[in-house]
Amino acid sequence: MKKNVMVCGMAAALAVSLAGCKGMALDGPANGGGTSAAGEGKEASDELYVYNWGEYIDEDVITQFEEETGIRVVYDLFETNEEMYPIIEAGAVTYDVVCPSDYMIQKMVENDLLAEVNFDNVPNISQIDPAYMEMSKAFDPENKYSVPYCWGTVGILYNTKRLEELGVAPPTKWADLWDEKLSGEILMQDSVRDAFMVALKKDGFSMNSTDAEELGQARQALIDQKPLVQAYVIDQVRDKMIGGEAAVGVIYSGEMLYIQEEVANLGLDYTLEYVLPAEGTNLWLDCWVIPKNAKNKENAEKWMDFLCRPEIAKANFEYITYPTPNKGAFDLLDEELKNNKSIFPDTDSLVNCEVFTYLGDEVDSIYNDLWKEVKSN
Amino acid sequence: MSKKLLAAPYLIWMVGFIIIPLALIVYYGLTGRDGAFTFANVVSITTPEHVKALWLSLWLSLISTLICLVLAYPLAMILRNRGVGRGSFIVFIFILPMWMNFLLRTMAWQTLLEKNGVINGILSLLRLPSQSLINTAGAIILGMVYNFLPFMVLPIYNVLCKIDDDTINAARDLGANSVQTLLRIWFPLSVPGVISGITMVFVPALTTFVISNLLGGSKILLIGNVIEQEFTRGSNWHLGSGLSLVLMVFILFSMAVIAKYDKNGEGSAF
Repeated sequence: MKKNVMVCGMAAALAVSLAGCKGMALDGPANGGGTSAAGEGKEASDELYVYNWGEYIDEDVITQFEEETGIRVVYDLFETNEEMYPIIEAGAVTYDVVCPSDYMIQKMVENDLLAEVNFDNVPNISQIDPAYMEMSKAFDPENKYSVPYCWGTVGILYNTKRLEELGVAPPTKWADLWDEKLSGEILMQDSVRDAFMVALKKDGFSMNSTDAEELGQARQALIDQKPLVQAYVIDQVRDKMIGGEAAVGVIYSGEMLYIQEEVANLGLDYTLEYVLPAEGTNLWLDCWVIPKNAKNKENAEKWMDFLCRPEIAKANFEYITYPTPNKGAFDLLDEELKNNKSIFPDTDSLVNCEVFTYLGDEVDSIYNDLWKEVKSN
Repeated sequence: MSKKLLAAPYLIWMVGFIIIPLALIVYYGLTGRDGAFTFANVVSITTPEHVKALWLSLWLSLISTLICLVLAYPLAMILRNRGVGRGSFIVFIFILPMWMNFLLRTMAWQTLLEKNGVINGILSLLRLPSQSLINTAGAIILGMVYNFLPFMVLPIYNVLCKIDDDTINAARDLGANSVQTLLRIWFPLSVPGVISGITMVFVPALTTFVISNLLGGSKILLIGNVIEQEFTRGSNWHLGSGLSLVLMVFILFSMAVIAKYDKNGEGSAF
């Protein structure tokens, strides 16, 4: 008898929660759209909900912002753009300012999730090098929604000594990652778009390709490469390369300062060099944006303005070590850093580079399926 | 009345953290991106990549479960025969690593197995050729066995402890030799523990994605990895939930097996 009661109760709860979740899915993204900061304009709130990548700000900067403005910052972290998106979309937690990457910003714009930034409140935007405002037009055509924060490239990191031992010349292009002598010595990026970028660029295609034939060729290339790959990793490329685990690895340029420091600190008997592949690569840009349902929009703009201040941007650059698009901050750096080509490459070496664009859900799932085929092969 | 009130926190817990999430999985699993009802997510288990991943997961977790069983049974016998004091100390030693985070312990294996890792370091000291240990199916099995072995030992140990010494003595008195005692007395009486141990190892091994990511270098795609990627990278919660529903069938099946063989809950681990 007791058992029956339990079963009934469970069934009832199930029905209720099913109904509940349907409701949520329907009105999730829509709510909050109309209740943004505009209505509360007079009584300025003293809170700011920030949603950022891990290890992507100098914590002292947050304290300084709080002291200066009296705004209390609630700071949350995400690890991938894909993880961040559904949270903003569902709107259960309303963040005031978020820091996604290029293609994800485009997706958020297209799905009407972002509010336009009132640049009157962000005078320091003038500190951002116009070149990057131009670059961000790839995903934000009118520069209405985003404030550039960090940028960088993806390239090949190689261990000079290990390559010598293997008798392989230092890589200069993506195609070098298909060299059979490098069997078991390659670290690839474990993310769909980055992995396909390598394969597409190798054959001279656009990394934003939607062409079935080009994608098929890239898929085959990745399958051919798989036996040579030691592992598909993301953040571990850095530590594995420092540990001498592999000869070459695909890596984000922002890691280079840390890597060079570590190699020097540990007194290793090999050097790690970074090269921008000749076929061109992914040029990425992370920007601050304001979700449409933000409750403290003006505070978010204060935050953006604060981060664009040259001294602040410099402090952040020193902590994150990813290149800053902030011209004022760049001018404050040492000559040696300014001339570090793996961090601030010459603009003419970036000719073939592209910025990821959002290809739509359907193409995204084609990429995902192809990637699964590569992985399960 | 007061009894009901006391039960309320548990009921809220169950509804909030078990039933509603499960219902959400069912909801997502049986709808498409457009919100319409569909079986497509569940049926997609039949695509070649998914079948391959599922098959590999079943195969690897089966092997790990067998290894765990072979390692755990003699150990549980030894522990039981040691008597309460010393036996429980060894059990304690066995549980001790579980106080550390499972993720950390698996990452420690990475350091051990790496190309320039501890094991290869020792091998090269002994002038033996270095082995490529990490990023193989073997490394994943090792990780599964290492992480889930206590879940096999404890239920078997619990069941063996409950077997009365008199039963064994009676078997001996009646002329059974060691092998006969093992096969006819020990083993049949310990079946509930063995079954519960098997499911407690098999189910987490089948669904793991962390071990295969860390020790397999993401080169080996298990069904857990497929589901994880649909949620975190592919942003297709519907497909991820659909595949989870398929996995749930295996879990329900093993729960049914437990219910059949372990009627009194003797084999529960804790």
